[in-house]
Amino acid sequence: MSNDQTPTFREVSGAEAVALARDGYRVVDVREQSEWDAGHVVGATLLPLADVPQRIGDVEPDRNARLLLHCAVGARSGRAAGWLTQMGYTNVVSMKAPIGHWKENGGAWEEPVQLLTPAQQRRYSRHLLIPEVGQEGQRRLLDAKVLLIGAGGLGSPIALYLAASGVGTIGFVDDDVVDESNLQRQVLHGTDRLGMLKVDSAELTIRGLNPETNVVKHVERLDAGNVERLIGSYDVIVDGTDNFDTRYVLNDAAVRLRKPVVHGSIYRWDGQITTFVPFEGPCYRCMYPTQPPDELAPACSVAGVLGVLPGIVGMLQANEVFKLVLGVGETLSGRLLMLDAMGTTFDEVRIWRDPACPACGEGVTQAAASDARVAAGT
Amino acid sequence: MSTVRIPPVLRENTGGVRSIDVAGGTVAEALADLFGKHPALRDRVTEEGELSRFINVYVNDRDVRYREGLETTIGADDTIILLPAMAGGAR
Repeated sequence: MSNDQTPTFREVSGAEAVALARDGYRVVDVREQSEWDAGHVVGATLLPLADVPQRIGDVEPDRNARLLLHCAVGARSGRAAGWLTQMGYTNVVSMKAPIGHWKENGGAWEEPVQLLTPAQQRRYSRHLLIPEVGQEGQRRLLDAKVLLIGAGGLGSPIALYLAASGVGTIGFVDDDVVDESNLQRQVLHGTDRLGMLKVDSAELTIRGLNPETNVVKHVERLDAGNVERLIGSYDVIVDGTDNFDTRYVLNDAAVRLRKPVVHGSIYRWDGQITTFVPFEGPCYRCMYPTQPPDELAPACSVAGVLGVLPGIVGMLQANEVFKLVLGVGETLSGRLLMLDAMGTTFDEVRIWRDPACPACGEGVTQAAASDARVAAGT
Repeated sequence: MSTVRIPPVLRENTGGVRSIDVAGGTVAEALADLFGKHPALRDRVTEEGELSRFINVYVNDRDVRYREGLETTIGADDTIILLPAMAGGAR
């Protein structure tokens, strides 16, 4: 392929190429970016064929440098090697072999860790475009375990969006069955589910929405006896309970186990949302040290609630879950957001850690430090 | 005049009104004016002259427990938010 006047380059096998690279040849990969992304020679430089004439001078100004060019099978690297030789490069070698031969002969090769399957890349493509999510963020969502206390008004919209967004494990704590009066707002359930356990109905709906979501059903009521077992294996707890006893029980256990709790409550046209991050911000007891009498705090079943209200509040809670899982943005920790749907206004007040809080105050942190010193034998 | 936001569970004591203008230079004076207009609120918001333990009171976004309580001073453009805990949720 050459005559006496035309400078030439050498074509080598996979085994020879590996030996040359070990001998110090600089490896130049003339494939495309997408091929590179799927795997490439360790230490190689990417220089797609079309860019070779313009960019080789920047990539390697030394015409006597020892260059080993490769592509997928040896055709493109042969063309590139021919060009370089004509440009005056004197030590150009092209690997004329499938790239598999490089690997089979022990050539160093690296492939990116595939965080998502091709199906996941398609399904969550709109997330992948967001810088704060991307492949790593989506992987976090897929690995996340979120526990919803209640598969009702707040739990319904939250679960739908968490599942759609790819949160990998969604647990429900609920021992109730679907009642006709639930359907005005509890959008996980439907008329054909009346009398069914809410957790079973939730599982059916979520399976249809995203078969990849792992649904864990806890058919029980959260109480002081089971709370630590229930919340222990989850990353984030979403509090959509309907009574104060449960909220205090959940709060105290979540503080002990250092689990963030995303809090939402609703009443007619009004909602409250905040996030409790133990020992970083206040807890529920810091905000409400004393349980109010029942007449001051009636449940939905007594007071009524606008159908869309748990939807609005639930979406704000779901947004908090995403930020906690992704580790981005600013949560509502230390802030209580209050929604008045009648006027469509939001108010926000600051809530502080109470040094005297029986759950997370100074007495607790000092006792914990003391325990740690005992455990460490100091 | 300052503004007091009436929380939903207390609106039965104000005939459904959600926001009430009050006079006074401190939280105590503003609440006294409020109770003058809506007497039924007094027993819901205070216990024996002190703020009820069940209701948080904020001036703008600050809890008066962490300021000067009932003696916290207020200005004309301030908003007093009365905030009892809400229970509603799942069922």
